[in-house]
Amino acid sequence: MNIPANLKYTKTDEWFDPATHKSGLTDFAQSQLSDIVFVEIIVAAGEMVQAGKQMASVESVKAAAETYAPVSAKVAVVNDGLADNPELLNSDPYGKGWMVQVEGGDVSGLMDATAYTKFCEERAH
Amino acid sequence: MTYIPHSPHERDTMLETIGVKSLEDLFKDVPKKHRFPTLRLPQALTEMEAAAELGELSLGNENVRTDLVCFLGAGAYNHYIPAAVDHILQRSEFYTAYTPYQPEISQGTLQSIFEYQSLIVALTGMEVSNASHYDGATAVAEAVGLANAQFHGKRKKVVISPAIHPQYRLTLRTYVQDMQMELVGDNPKVVNSERFSESGPESLIPLIDGETALVVVQYPDFFGRIYDYAQLIETAHKMGALVCVAANPIALGLLKTPGEMGADIVVGEGQPLGIPLSYGGPYLGFFATRKQFIHKMAGRLVGETVDTRGQRAYVLTLTAREQHIKRERATSNICTNEGLLALAAAVYLSLLGPTGLRQVADLCYSKAHYTAEKISSLPGYSLCSDAPYFHEFPVCCPKPVAEINAHLLEHGFLGGYDLGQDYPALKNHMLLAVTEMNTSEEIDALAEVLAEVAHA
Repeated sequence: MNIPANLKYTKTDEWFDPATHKSGLTDFAQSQLSDIVFVEIIVAAGEMVQAGKQMASVESVKAAAETYAPVSAKVAVVNDGLADNPELLNSDPYGKGWMVQVEGGDVSGLMDATAYTKFCEERAH
Repeated sequence: MTYIPHSPHERDTMLETIGVKSLEDLFKDVPKKHRFPTLRLPQALTEMEAAAELGELSLGNENVRTDLVCFLGAGAYNHYIPAAVDHILQRSEFYTAYTPYQPEISQGTLQSIFEYQSLIVALTGMEVSNASHYDGATAVAEAVGLANAQFHGKRKKVVISPAIHPQYRLTLRTYVQDMQMELVGDNPKVVNSERFSESGPESLIPLIDGETALVVVQYPDFFGRIYDYAQLIETAHKMGALVCVAANPIALGLLKTPGEMGADIVVGEGQPLGIPLSYGGPYLGFFATRKQFIHKMAGRLVGETVDTRGQRAYVLTLTAREQHIKRERATSNICTNEGLLALAAAVYLSLLGPTGLRQVADLCYSKAHYTAEKISSLPGYSLCSDAPYFHEFPVCCPKPVAEINAHLLEHGFLGGYDLGQDYPALKNHMLLAVTEMNTSEEIDALAEVLAEVAHA
């Protein structure tokens, strides 16, 4: 499982990059969902998002899930290209599969890679 | 599927496992007086006696195949049903109302549903069709559900034409009562014969704004009128709203498709496609839309794929939209479809083909126009609409519709729909429907009886 050390994580399996302020779905989440066939980002540039509030819906061949904003901040850009290529969430969750980029954001409530690795391992059993 | 009953021994084992002595003990929580209430039933009959009694009761029925000449439509229509439709429906392989979940054992049923979807797509000019809803009314209501989901509940207004079937509008209100949607535009009191033309699509345009999620119109509308909704749809799209057209599928054999007009959702009552008239159904709701809304569409969807050996195969697809996976976040919590009736529609459309369907539509159109002309020349009767119409039209009558219909019934005619029931200003207005089933002799005879009633 890929859990990059430079990112921060939520208990609802989103990642947040403190350097670029991008966020998305973790490798653990995409592997649990299996083949993702639909993604809909429901926040738009300029809107304020609140940590823990829904920012997108994801459907795979066998499951449906919501993803939540990792931090409270103003949305700068959303990855519009994802709608046509939802499989990027599977193939490149930390790269081309990013979902929302915000302006800033307080990461103090988020887990680091070590804590998130442990959190995933606990749930695997 | 194999039917495996359980034996008394197995039942006892199960009861023992859960720690219960007898089956009755499972119902202990139901108060005793409600457990076995005394039913006031007549004395039991033998099978022979029951068959005789039911047979006698059925003699009270009058049906449009053998007893009555039908000029009643208003949403359900008397069309010829080729014998092959029933023959295929009654094959045991097909005889279930449900969509099969197991593709391994259900390729035939899945293929028939896939073909149904393809036919509906061709008929409506849309890109994707689901595997059906209960009826036209519920399909309209599901369109509002799609729009609500598409806008994440942010647009709260639905503009409805007053010329939508009154029962569809009632069903719609029942469905959306917990969606906090505002339904506007369909006040039936504004529809009157002096200003009848004002109940067309132009009346809806001023109501569409940035809050509007969906505009709903009918094609032909409840009064049989045909409008090109292209301009209405363009206006709605400029405001960011979606448009649903509830269409008569037989009329689509002849008319421009709602897809060509730019509609986002096309729904309708599928009964005219090989399904007999019956009180309370079961009927068939068809629902088609554009690919971009597929994830917000309710209902079953069959897709074509290939199996592990590369052979063509059919499966239920995009099921994560549906309530058994998406739970309370699904667009709709009704996933029942009308599999058997969808099959009837598919068989009907396949038997007729595009040419046959157009022929049926042509016959309906010409016969209705012959009838309208005939009736409008009768003293006391007039047509209250000058809009183009398909196979149904409102007639202003010299007497209350109930009185005229009672008279018609005595002569073996099932008369038209009393519009005054739903539109108070259309008292004494009758909606007449004519299909390929009505012969010119029947039409002439209808006109004679109508003339007679006017003088009586």
